[in-house]
Amino acid sequence: MVGIESYGVYFPLYRLSRAEIGKVWGMPSGPGERTVANGDEDSITMAVEAGLDCLAGIDSSSVDGLIFATTSAPYKEKANAPIIATVLGLPKTAMVIDLTDSLRAGGVGIKLARDAIESGSAKKILVIASDIRISEQESFEEQLFGDGAVAVLLSKENLIAVFRDSYSITDEILGVWRKDKDEYVMHFEDKLEDSFAFQANVIEAIKGLVKKTGIELKEVAKLACSYFDPRGLMGIAGKLGLNPLAQLSDPLFTSIGNIGTGTALLGLANALESAKPKQEIIMAVHGDGADAFLFETTERISEPKPRMGVKGNLERKKGLFSYEQYAKFRKLTKRAVQTLKASPVIHWRDREEELGFVGERCQNCGTVQYPMVRVCYVCQSKDKFEKVKLARKGKIYTFTKDYIRSGGAQPVPWCVIDLDGGGRVFLTMTDCDPEEVKIGMELEIVFRNLGEGGGFYNYYWKCRPVWKKA
Amino acid sequence: MKGFRDRVVIAGVGYTKFGELWDKSQEDLLVEAVYEALDDAGVEPKEIQAGWCGIQYEFTGLSGGTPAEFLKMYGIPFTRVENFCASGMDAFRNACLGVASGVYDMVLACGMEKLMDQGSRGLPDMGGARSVMMQYPPAPGMFALAATRSFEVYGWNKETLANVAVKNHEHGSHHPKAHFRKAIKKEEVLKAPIICWPLGRFDCCAMSDGSAALIITTPERAKSLKHKHDYVKVLANAISVHTMVPWFHPKYDFIGFPSTQQAGRLAYAQAGIKNPVEEIDFVECHDCFTITELLNIQDLGLCKQGDAGKLVEEGYFSYGGKLPVNVSGGLKCFGHPIGATGCRMLVELTKQLQGRADGLQVKDAKIGLAHNLGGAFTVASVTILGRNDV
Repeated sequence: MVGIESYGVYFPLYRLSRAEIGKVWGMPSGPGERTVANGDEDSITMAVEAGLDCLAGIDSSSVDGLIFATTSAPYKEKANAPIIATVLGLPKTAMVIDLTDSLRAGGVGIKLARDAIESGSAKKILVIASDIRISEQESFEEQLFGDGAVAVLLSKENLIAVFRDSYSITDEILGVWRKDKDEYVMHFEDKLEDSFAFQANVIEAIKGLVKKTGIELKEVAKLACSYFDPRGLMGIAGKLGLNPLAQLSDPLFTSIGNIGTGTALLGLANALESAKPKQEIIMAVHGDGADAFLFETTERISEPKPRMGVKGNLERKKGLFSYEQYAKFRKLTKRAVQTLKASPVIHWRDREEELGFVGERCQNCGTVQYPMVRVCYVCQSKDKFEKVKLARKGKIYTFTKDYIRSGGAQPVPWCVIDLDGGGRVFLTMTDCDPEEVKIGMELEIVFRNLGEGGGFYNYYWKCRPVWKKA
Repeated sequence: MKGFRDRVVIAGVGYTKFGELWDKSQEDLLVEAVYEALDDAGVEPKEIQAGWCGIQYEFTGLSGGTPAEFLKMYGIPFTRVENFCASGMDAFRNACLGVASGVYDMVLACGMEKLMDQGSRGLPDMGGARSVMMQYPPAPGMFALAATRSFEVYGWNKETLANVAVKNHEHGSHHPKAHFRKAIKKEEVLKAPIICWPLGRFDCCAMSDGSAALIITTPERAKSLKHKHDYVKVLANAISVHTMVPWFHPKYDFIGFPSTQQAGRLAYAQAGIKNPVEEIDFVECHDCFTITELLNIQDLGLCKQGDAGKLVEEGYFSYGGKLPVNVSGGLKCFGHPIGATGCRMLVELTKQLQGRADGLQVKDAKIGLAHNLGGAFTVASVTILGRNDV
């Protein structure tokens, strides 16, 4: 039977309070805060983080499928998922797909993954839903939305939850949309979205699922559901006769926000994180119709896993000091763009070491080096190397804080880093307070978008301080 | 190996004022420097048999065609030499090799750089499209990596660096050709805005324009030229090249420059110098940043590792001290028109040894050493010149 083997979550470090957004525009504000991705993050880099969290302790070469679900794909022509697959180290023969343009893509991805595994065409498929949701300034979406990614690994082994069944409907409706030339989400009035696009579709799909499977809604442990705004979600609970406090999986609106394609998957991850064995969980995802899924947890749900998960990601946070910082991250303010130089040819040649963070170990003297060289730095042996996957943890050997690149704003730290297990890399630091940078500081290596040198997105690695609870 | 001693000498030198020379082109600068050198030697342009010109940036000029064009020295071999900040001194090395080989006996070594036309806010980026993995910090950032590590290992701090800036600015305040001719106080250095931590504005040399030139010949021919009694001997010249990417080198320690150490050893061996502190009278040492001078002083064997900071503070390397370093004011006061700097240092050495320094004159100077360090600590060049009676 197919089911969920693992899941992973990523929320960007920074949070912006809705009160701060409301204050800027003189608008009423919602409760709590939302996540804000840093300026060097996008749906691909966040998908990498969620994917790594999901695959913690799992051999990535056994994953033979990747479905990347997003409405904010960095590339419009050229597939996005291969970048993620290369970073995660999936085999070249893996089925790698972008599923875009619908907030329902995360649910559709899970359906397709399950069917592919069930049919025998794949064994393990990673579905990652990731979005940076850019909203118009001075809009309610600005408060409603958050940024984040959720990954779910489907397979037939080591399952924490079994996929029991699903029910889908398609219903053409303009609830929320963004035309090819639009920068921001548009919608008619909330009532149309809530009543017909969202509630009507989700309720129809869930009722279909109930009828198909014969389950009792009252006995379902949790409903993980997409939503437009949290009021509509409460309405659904009422209309289905669910106990909202006990049975609705907390969609983390007050701490994260509506994260687009990952919204329902986040509810699912949150439900799984606190679930007990043999519990039924429904996930419903809407968008021009809806998909409803029935999962049932297994005994393995109680086993501890090395992931950050929802809880870890909720703890790892830092308040953004101003709305302006958010506007800068989202490039809503005009600033001179730094010109990088990069070549698509060199990127292609270097893809394994660049994206996969692969170095080499000299078979003569044992020194780990990066990037790959032909002649050893230390013993000058030629072409006597074996490839090694570099650790994504290390310590600062030396550093500088660059005020030239930052144009006088917060300086950019450049760090010479000795990686755990060998290898020396040279990376800029992100998600940090430059004041805290010092020799010996422990770092994590994270995947980010450096800019657009050569006219393409320059994805590469940066470092960030290891998260420590204040 | 025969080396250069008693086979290659300097017959004449010339250089421009260094600084923000907005009103001059690289053609103006090179022509002024070269004609001053020709005049100093008493040599006609048509007597030059070959030329080498240090140029770092392609916007200053491509190929030997650029200097040949400006000088209208058509028909002879002319080569552009690019080897980072050692470009000028490498042009000089090629000229010396030309004479030492016996192929030529009257050649030109020169260097120029016209930075101001690109703006004065830091060195322009180099090269074409590259790998995303090759992220380079600006030049002060590269050297700041060594400063941060040296603070940790040697216990130095921002004041240690500031002492170098104060010393060189005091020296440079006496030099008419320097870009900056103003002594500064330690407090000013410490208060200056940070460029790349821990380096502040006064820890960095300036962006400047300039050119310098030397006429190289044999001792035999020099005896019939203007400086027949005080031509200057080339005792040694060595270049050493190390990693371009010290931040990827798994064993590099960031508290010294292996290229400087090796170039120093090679040059001392050529010149027969056993104890540099006792045998050398003064040093022009690459001080693109204050930390660079401190580490280079140690790497050239002028003091023990870790002692440079204390000795600079005590005046050991000041004018009037045991071993004056950068009596001209160094790159700190002249700025760093890359291709020109190496030749400018050799002009300074030559004039000091002839007792006609334009700035502070080192008394009875017999042997002087000039040193460049370029790239990410990549290329080091050391030249030792001596009076013709040594």
